[in-house]
Amino acid sequence: MNLDFSDDQKFLQEEARKFLDKEGALSRSRSVLETDKNIDEELWNKIVDLGWTGIRIPEEFDGLGLGHLELCVIAEELGRFLAPVPFSSSVYLFTEAIVNYGSDEIKKSLLPKLVNGEIVGTMAITEGLYAPTEQNIKLSCNDGVLNGKKIAVPDAEVATHAIVVAKSNNGVSLQVVDLSSEGVSIEHQENIDESRGHFSITFNNVKSDAIGDESSGWEMYESIINQAAVLFSYEQIGGSQATLDMAINYAKERYAFGRPIGSYQAIKHKLADMYIALTLAKSNCYYAAWALSTNSADLPSASATARVSSTKAYQLCSKENIQTHGGNGFTWEYDCHMFYKRSKLLSLNIGSLSNWREKLVTSLEQSNIN
Amino acid sequence: MDFKDTPEQAQFRKKCRDWLEKNAEYVDGTSKSDDFASKDRLKEAKAWQKKKYDAGWAMLHWPKEYGGIDASSMERIIWGNEESKFDVPKGIFEIGLGMCGPVMMEYASQEQKERYLPPMAEGKEIWCQLFSEPSAGSDVAGLRSKAVKDGDKWIINGQKVWTSGAHFSDYGILVVRHDPDLEKHKGMTFFFVDMKSPGIEVKPIKQITGGSSFNEVYFTDVEIPDSQRLGEIGDGWKVAITTLMNERLAVGDASGADVEDAFRWAKTQDDQGEPLLNNKAARESIADWYCEKSGLKNTKLRTMSALSKGGTPGPEASITKIVSAGKLQDIGNFGIDSLDMAGMLKTDDQDIKSFHNAWLGAPGLRIAGGTDEILRNIIAERVLGLPQDPRADKGVAFKDIPSGN
Repeated sequence: MNLDFSDDQKFLQEEARKFLDKEGALSRSRSVLETDKNIDEELWNKIVDLGWTGIRIPEEFDGLGLGHLELCVIAEELGRFLAPVPFSSSVYLFTEAIVNYGSDEIKKSLLPKLVNGEIVGTMAITEGLYAPTEQNIKLSCNDGVLNGKKIAVPDAEVATHAIVVAKSNNGVSLQVVDLSSEGVSIEHQENIDESRGHFSITFNNVKSDAIGDESSGWEMYESIINQAAVLFSYEQIGGSQATLDMAINYAKERYAFGRPIGSYQAIKHKLADMYIALTLAKSNCYYAAWALSTNSADLPSASATARVSSTKAYQLCSKENIQTHGGNGFTWEYDCHMFYKRSKLLSLNIGSLSNWREKLVTSLEQSNIN
Repeated sequence: MDFKDTPEQAQFRKKCRDWLEKNAEYVDGTSKSDDFASKDRLKEAKAWQKKKYDAGWAMLHWPKEYGGIDASSMERIIWGNEESKFDVPKGIFEIGLGMCGPVMMEYASQEQKERYLPPMAEGKEIWCQLFSEPSAGSDVAGLRSKAVKDGDKWIINGQKVWTSGAHFSDYGILVVRHDPDLEKHKGMTFFFVDMKSPGIEVKPIKQITGGSSFNEVYFTDVEIPDSQRLGEIGDGWKVAITTLMNERLAVGDASGADVEDAFRWAKTQDDQGEPLLNNKAARESIADWYCEKSGLKNTKLRTMSALSKGGTPGPEASITKIVSAGKLQDIGNFGIDSLDMAGMLKTDDQDIKSFHNAWLGAPGLRIAGGTDEILRNIIAERVLGLPQDPRADKGVAFKDIPSGN
């Protein structure tokens, strides 16, 4: 029985934490939030230099050839510090899609450049003010030419490439696009967490290359999202832990009516509930990490379980962290709001809580839990 | 990460399973309930315990001299995993073996250990725990039952309550106040007592379920020899804490209707002409219960992983009862509500019965062995390191502490 990370993986996590702390990743996130910047380029370049972008890329394409478990521990630390970098877009979504479904030719041309940072990827999914489904994707792909518009695309401004979920003649397909191509126009869209820039992308007769089978794009998309959900869940538990720690420290230091507010049961029970939600989510993440790293048949239900419980934990921890901080928690000056905003962003970016609950029950129906 | 046993663990698991297969039947859905109000089931439980004892499985982590096999924590968990797959009586010896045993092991004399531990492990003698009192529940240190020293014996007067199994127990562990002039936590002393002593009267408590698994126990001039004192005079609280820590480890998952039952039920139950499982609210509840259940299961697996590497179980064990008892109550409600007006009716349908039992039994589970609130205090103080509440009962003689009456 070993539902735990190896000593090497724990060491990697420790080093990642020290690095992000030393680099002041959280204050860099605030700086991106407060300026027109969409990422912190310096931090991103250092992350590329550390080789994190190549963790899952095979050695033949200049990557480190490691597994998903190494990505999980990195994700937890990025989440803890709200790192303002396009790591999730480029690594969990774009790179994973290319590694899993790219032709040898595409892999050869893109993967080494993803490792060295020459290429940054993202994924363009949703189109309207509703959840994307296989039926409502409208952006068209005819003979390798894209027309239409995507919204809420993360990191599109710094990204050089995108995977676009498109409607082809035979159904939904996944298309790789060079975002410097003629006919691509990218516009910033204001969002609830401006430490992570989001954009609309309009495609006007833009050339693209399909990855995988052109008629099974939706299945591939779902599979990519199921995998990415585990990594995003790790970011969520990293953020949950950070907010719980902030709330505990504040509750010990802040006095009211002659004693620390942490000595009142109203605060104790609130923090205990945060701890309970986080512990459940974290344990579900461990199982999902195992399912991801072994490509288990349990992955759909395991990743949905991790996603639902991590989303709930982060939303609870980040909002109750503000509450514990009282009026200070509502100020721009304190960091509480940054986590509150990030928790909401992460609860939406690959589908809402309600949709993931639905995915979970659907997977239970398919596997027949009784 | 993997879920495999080490070769030694696999070998031990096989040894457990081989013995169980020879001596018991696998659980198959028609398993008997552990209602020890039935004398037959009590007899079966004792017989099963004896069988285990003779083969060394009864208290496998105990030293050989008391009937164990010196097993490691991991081996104990493996045995528990395997035994849970078989239809065998459980629950009845938990208080004795889980709480009284460790206290006797730590504080009793060598002679007493040799006399009492083996029959306890064997199931020949059943033990109960006499701590709570009518005015001392969550604040168990507020207990008032009196012990007065009289030569080489003590005279006990007072009342205990919520004593599981007192009506069929042979011995009990008891904490009482020997000096109300001392501070609350300093005036207590710990004993073990023969439940057949003159002056002990056991009265069952009728619960909201209609059943009676707890008792009131009255002590009127009960004599206990000083040789049955555990720990020094005045050390009663320290000894009691050892027991309570063991209790929190022993109180695990709330058993009863769970997410699988809610799911199976929802597949066939009508909801306005459609299966209830098509109802969005029902689906969201099922998703959340599934996440809670998996979260607890995976937390246990993480704890086992730590144990397997020689570590100690983390404080995460403290979340199990809070989460599972609350879930049980919600699932009971869900099942009953799904029947609409007819939900009020008692029927012979096994599923409906289990929802009623969950709804009616869960309030007790949210209280027994540490209320939801006390457990949250424990998490906040011991795990998260938050300061204790200021207390009105510190540095004051017990008799001067406000008690509301």
